[in-house]
Amino acid sequence: MDFANLVPIPVLLPLLAAGITLILARHPAWQRVVSGTTLALVAVFALILCLAADAQGPIVLWVGAWPEGLGIVLVADRLSSLMVLVSSIVTAIVVIFPSRRDVSDSADGAPVSVFHPTFLVLTAGVSNAFLAGDLFNLFVGFEILLFSSYVLIMLGATRERVRAGSTYVVVSVLSSLLFLLALSIVYGATGTVSFAQLPERLAALDPGMQLTIQLLLLVVFGIKAAVFPLQAWLPDSYPTAPASVTAVFAGLLTKVGVFAIIRLQTLLFPDSPLTDLLLVVAILTMLLGILGALAQGEIKRLLSFTLVSHIGYMLLGIALGTEAGLGGSIFYIVHHILVQTALFIVVGLIERVGGSTSLARLGGLAAVPLLAVLYLLPALNLGGIPPFSGFLGKVALMDAALATETPLALIAVIAGVATSLLTLIAVIRVWQRAFWQDRGEDDDRVHSLRVLPRIWVVAASALVGITVLLTVIAGPLTDFAYRAAVDIQDGAYTTAVEEALP
Amino acid sequence: MTPTLILAIAGGVLIAAGVYLLLERSLMRILAGVMLAGNGINLLFLVSSGPAGTAPIVGEDPEAIADPLPQAMVLTAIVISLATSAFLLAMSYRSFQLEGHDEVADDVEDAIVRRRAEADLSSEAYVDTSSDSDSESGGRADSELGGRPERETGSRAEDEEAR
Repeated sequence: MDFANLVPIPVLLPLLAAGITLILARHPAWQRVVSGTTLALVAVFALILCLAADAQGPIVLWVGAWPEGLGIVLVADRLSSLMVLVSSIVTAIVVIFPSRRDVSDSADGAPVSVFHPTFLVLTAGVSNAFLAGDLFNLFVGFEILLFSSYVLIMLGATRERVRAGSTYVVVSVLSSLLFLLALSIVYGATGTVSFAQLPERLAALDPGMQLTIQLLLLVVFGIKAAVFPLQAWLPDSYPTAPASVTAVFAGLLTKVGVFAIIRLQTLLFPDSPLTDLLLVVAILTMLLGILGALAQGEIKRLLSFTLVSHIGYMLLGIALGTEAGLGGSIFYIVHHILVQTALFIVVGLIERVGGSTSLARLGGLAAVPLLAVLYLLPALNLGGIPPFSGFLGKVALMDAALATETPLALIAVIAGVATSLLTLIAVIRVWQRAFWQDRGEDDDRVHSLRVLPRIWVVAASALVGITVLLTVIAGPLTDFAYRAAVDIQDGAYTTAVEEALP
Repeated sequence: MTPTLILAIAGGVLIAAGVYLLLERSLMRILAGVMLAGNGINLLFLVSSGPAGTAPIVGEDPEAIADPLPQAMVLTAIVISLATSAFLLAMSYRSFQLEGHDEVADDVEDAIVRRRAEADLSSEAYVDTSSDSDSESGGRADSELGGRPERETGSRAEDEEAR
């Protein structure tokens, strides 16, 4: 069976639904139904793509079948179809959360109706970035998702959100400019932007030119992925957005950057891994991120810092340049997307139940056992406690690093273990302060899950359930990740794209 | 292919001017910087589309036409930069509405963490179990302050300063 025509669906379907939800602007309930069903449908198609890519190798579609490879190409190999699958699961669950009150909180008359269309366009952009078969289409995917994220991060346009959003927008625009600059240099030097043709032509370039292009693209994707020293914008801008928006941003947007780094390092420059540079950057990202988290007194900011810190793990696996490292990274990305989103969603529930996300103002939440469980499971998972997937992912990465037997990799392993412990300290502090600390005498709030719509609790439980389920399916998932890594290493991508040429 | 030197130099100058403006705090200047740098990069694309004076028309001798692909990319880039400009303008206007100016402000929470560090206090997340009366470690003393979140953080910052 030919699956090629399924490839653009994760991009087209959300865009179509975005139009429909825009028409339904006056019917918020219908908007939710439309976007929920669409994203669930996308998840189903992504699953089919994922299985098909695993069985048949990369699925390629030359959009419009222009002759001689002039058109846009979409490619779903194991890696990108897995990413699309995970992202669509996450977005399908998160889209349940924003209610009218949540989206317009702290601002009267905020345009609630734009949330769903923008959110759907965001998912289309994310899918497009994952499926893009050339650098320019990747750029377009980035722009689609960035523009929707500009709108979402400033939803309601309150003072605090505009302030935080300004930083985010300016940094993102700057990274887009750099990406465009890199594109013009790449095209000027090689005459193509296709992922399939670039490796060969880039290898023929002067080594200095190659390094310039590689470093320029690394900076661009490093800003997106919030890698040290380009991470400062993230903890500043993410926490002020509505909880569900922050959850999706934290889970997905940085991973798109990491995904682009994987493509860059494995597909475009397989012979120049820059292992030492990337390992140093990974170590610094892990350590500085988590040290920042320990100093925070606000849960969302604390989690934003852990997010930065854990990007370091994924970078570590990519930096090694081995199949084992890459496989570990891919597994870790999947784990981290789900866990980080779950944590931010639960923090959104904590905010609603406890009335704040500041550790100084929270306390006694242990009176709500379900909420406590929903927080503790992903928190321990993030900290790397066995048998959760965080532990398995970290072990896979440490294994891969130890196998290379270089001193720097050894230091990276030590840094990784230290980061894991410090993460545990950070999340357990939240656990102690928010759930077990005595509440102030003047605080007469009754903590109860009743303030939450029931569907929120169900959806959050489902998301946390999936993060726990990752442990159960860790075996097949790891195998899949390693097959994806092997795929990347032996050039299946290039061959498939050339074979599919109309 | 012979690159056009004038285009490359003009692109470089525009990007340099854009970078200078991007370093400012005012959103309007940042917007001007983004537009200048964006146009500079578009010129660099044109450099790679071949010698000046030829048009990308199908049917001519392939050697005598300009490469159409960079022009297509520049078109996309122009559309995107139009949207960027519109959004930045709206953002800077909203910032002007709220604050009376369009300068990007510092992070409030960040300032609190920094001030605690300078005053050699422990982090807000730290739990001191030995003495509950120590308000610095617990931060419980702050809880009597009411009002909206941003006002709270502001007044907490002043509170710290008073100490």
